[in-house]
Parts: sequence; C-alpha cells; structure tokens
Amino acid sequence: MIRVENLDVTFGEKQQRNHVVRGVSFEVARGETLGIVGESGCGKSTVLRSLAGLEGTWTGSISFNGKPVGKNRSREELKLAQMVFQDPYGSLHPRHRIGRALAEPVRSMGQGDGWSKVAEALLQVGLPAEFVDRFPHELSGGQRQRVAIARALILSPPILLLDEPTSALDVSIQAEVLNLLADKREELGLTCVLVSHDLAVIGHMCDRILVMNDGMFVDELTRDEMRLGITHADYSRELIEASFI
Amino acid sequence: MTDTLRDFHPAQPPGLATRILSSSARVWHKLADEPLGMIGFAILALLVLVAIFAPLIAPFDPARQMLSNALQPPSFAHFAGTDEFGRDIFSRLIYGTRITIQTVLSVSVIVGPIGLIIGVVAGFFGGRTDAILMRATDIVLSFPSLILALAFAAALGAGLGTAIIAISLTAWPPIARLARAEALVVRNADYVAAARLYGASPLRILFLYIAPMCIPSVIVRLTLNMAGIILTAASLGFLGLGAQPPLPEWGAMIASGRKFMLDYWWVAVMPGIAILLTSLAFNIAGDTLRDLLDPRHARS
Repeated sequence: MIRVENLDVTFGEKQQRNHVVRGVSFEVARGETLGIVGESGCGKSTVLRSLAGLEGTWTGSISFNGKPVGKNRSREELKLAQMVFQDPYGSLHPRHRIGRALAEPVRSMGQGDGWSKVAEALLQVGLPAEFVDRFPHELSGGQRQRVAIARALILSPPILLLDEPTSALDVSIQAEVLNLLADKREELGLTCVLVSHDLAVIGHMCDRILVMNDGMFVDELTRDEMRLGITHADYSRELIEASFI
Repeated sequence: MTDTLRDFHPAQPPGLATRILSSSARVWHKLADEPLGMIGFAILALLVLVAIFAPLIAPFDPARQMLSNALQPPSFAHFAGTDEFGRDIFSRLIYGTRITIQTVLSVSVIVGPIGLIIGVVAGFFGGRTDAILMRATDIVLSFPSLILALAFAAALGAGLGTAIIAISLTAWPPIARLARAEALVVRNADYVAAARLYGASPLRILFLYIAPMCIPSVIVRLTLNMAGIILTAASLGFLGLGAQPPLPEWGAMIASGRKFMLDYWWVAVMPGIAILLTSLAFNIAGDTLRDLLDPRHARS
C-alpha cells in the first residue's frame, strides 16, 4: 500500500545544513499498522510529514497503492492519505465551529457543502451531534482529538498517518483514543503509520515496528518480539530497556 | 448504529444572525467587567448619536453668523460661547462630530482591508512576494505621516476628501506589518497543515483560515489608530489643508481661535476639549478591545 524508497530529507543550506532523514526505505502492506519509534529529533515525524506531503524538500520515491506521488499532490493523491496531528489544541482552527471544521475537507475538495456528512462523522467517533455548534475551546483534549480523527476520516482515505496522536493527552484519555483508532482501523480496513516515542502505545497498536535513530532505521521488530523484548540492535535494546524501567 | 443515524437530523450550518447574536452576547458579558472600557465605548456611542442627530440637538445653525453676538463667553444661551463671527461654538462642535466620525470611519474602512490584505499575503506567501510588499511598506513607513499627508493634501488640493485620502495613504503600513507578523505565526499552525492536506486552495487558506486569525488584532490596532487619525485630521485642518470653511472641523476651529486665544480662550479651548475627549475615548476603547479580543493580553 505504501512503498518508500531512499527517502532523504535535508533542511537548511551550507553551514546550517541538517540531514534529518538519511535514505530510509520501507513498505507497509494493506491493512497493516506500522509503528516508527525513536527519541525526539530522530526524524520520525519528518518521515511522516513527507509521506503526508507537508515537506517539500525530500528526495527519493514515495508511492501509494502502486502509484508514485510527488511533492505537490493533486486532490486525488491527497485523498489517499490523511493525518492526525499530535496537538489537538493546535490542529483545529480556533474560530471554526466543530461542524465547520468537519465540513471544510469536503468543501475544499469541491464535493458539495459537506454538512450532510457532519453528524454521521461525529457519531462515528463517539461524540454527540450537538457538538457541531461548539468551538474547539469548549471541548476537552480527548474530544478535540476525536474531532481531529473524524476530520481525517471524513474523506474516507485508505491510509491514516498518526503523529503521536496521544502524547498531548491525559493518560486516562490515551487508551480511549487508541481504542477508537483501533476500532476505526478494523472497521474501515485502514493502513496506518503511527509515529511515537511511547513504546506502550506502539506495542498496543502496531503489527510491525521500525526503530529509528539519527535519521536511519536501525532495527525492525514484530509486535511479539517487542513484547518479549527481543531486539537485533544495541540501540533498540537500550531504548526498550530505558522505557520499561 | 444505523437506527440512531436514521433518527438523526443532519447538522445545519448556523445562520448568520445566530452567530452574530451569540458572539456579541459573549463580548457584552466580558465588557461588563471593564468599567473604564464601558466609559470609553459610552462616549463613542454618544458621539455617534450626536453625529446622527446633529440637526435635532444643535440649538443653532452652525453656519449662522451674528456679528452683533461675536466672541460671547460661555453662557446659558451659548453653552460654549460664540466665535469671531458670532456663530454658536456648541452647535459647531456638534456638527463637527459628523466630520470627525466621517473622517475616522472612512480612513479605517480604507486602511483596514488594505493593510490586512497586504500583510496577510506577504506573511503567507513569503519569499519574494514578502520582500517586495514589505520594502514598499518600509518606504511608506519611513515618511513622517503628517508631512506626507501635508504633501498629498497640498498636491491634490485642500479639502476633507483629500485629507481622508492623504491620511489613508500613510496609515496602512503599521496595519500591514501587524497582519504579516500574525500571518507568519498562523501559517505554521497544524490546522493550516491539515487544511493543506485536505486540499484547501492557497486562497481558501489565506482568507478563511489565516485572515480571520489576524482580524482581531487589526481591529484593535485600528481603534487605537483612530485617536491618531483624529489628531492628524485636526492638524491638517489647523494648517488649512483639511476641511474648508465654513465646515465646522475641530482643528480648523482651533486654528481660527488661536488669534484670540489670550482674550477669548473658549474659541480655541472648546474644540480642543472635544478633540481630547474623543481621542481619549478611542484610546480607552482600543485598549479594552485588546483585552477582550486578544487572549495574550488577558488580565490576571
């Protein structure tokens, strides 16, 4: 479903040149959930943003569903992959009511005014339809993240990109949001890429885990290997040991 | 699941009227906590009412001359005295609010959108667009505004319309800079990234996502600018380049009263008080608006 070859991302020029992602390649099968784990600044979010089409400086090749996609995506290409952001306080426009936030993707795509889909989208993520008239600041963090998930799903993309979807949330809410994501994944047959530094989240959600360090993948683990603590590289062993102390 | 869906009415976009009602009710509640701001807004509301109903309120015709009554001190017949032609200063002040409000509103209506669009476009597109627009802004900003307004008023001929154009030409750069600064922050927000992901066009992002975030601070800045606009308009009037006689412009009234200032103080002081109160009210109102609209200036 997703195939990435030799993805390379560099920011800045000359002395400020910063080689963030160094030639990574991976594949994600249809319906599979891939986790990318690593410490802050290792480049995992940049990989995800390049997949989504938000970074403009990558080289290499990315293809969805067998078709290569470029840096500037057409609407059809954008519809293939939608993203849920880390911070639910920053990913919803503070002056758009929830109904508008959910109708905007449909309107932007030129598929009508979108209001007919709004109530159903809210119900899908377990929120009451009365929320259409609320502003984001009238919702809790978990409710906002549900709205963000509903917004990502409203265009029915086959691929869902998750950038630390729970790290800005309360521990008690994290499980709720993760379960919601898992349910939607089952229900809609989504292919997911989940980026996180939280091994518990990754272990709960992912079929396969790539460990990233300094812009490169250093290890690949299956879910069972991770549960049992089996690793194939020093870095991933340190990472796993450090997180379970 | 499907049953619950079927019972469900589709969500409707909220009507314009309900949106305006709910947001003005919210602002009104906040305003109730700001007594000083209330005073500022009350003075402004009073000024607008006076301007609208000037013919009903004014006791005399502002242009009627009675030379036998010239330079009378304030009394019950003439609350603010009379000027050198025997015109009632109080009535002239009342009619003068029309000119002041007209100037302030025209300048704000011209300057606000221009500054907002230039700033937001520069901030959002960045690169060469930003450089060109901001250098143009810097050039206009480097002129002392009163001198530039003087030059325009002198070149285009004196009059109220010219004064409005001249002030507008010099008043947009600060707004553009402010809007650009806001746009620079907002364009990197996650909700803009999300909008790009769901295919919103750059123009849609610019006008529906970024501009609405810049509007509150632009409004605050405009309100605070209004005091300056009044003073610039009065200065132009004082120098004879604004509204022309017999229009009762406050600055021009001070200019004519200057000749008799020592013996007949009220001729210059009364319009001076009017200018002072009005600018003060605009400043207070602007400050309060900032507290209401801009969460970063929230009081603890």
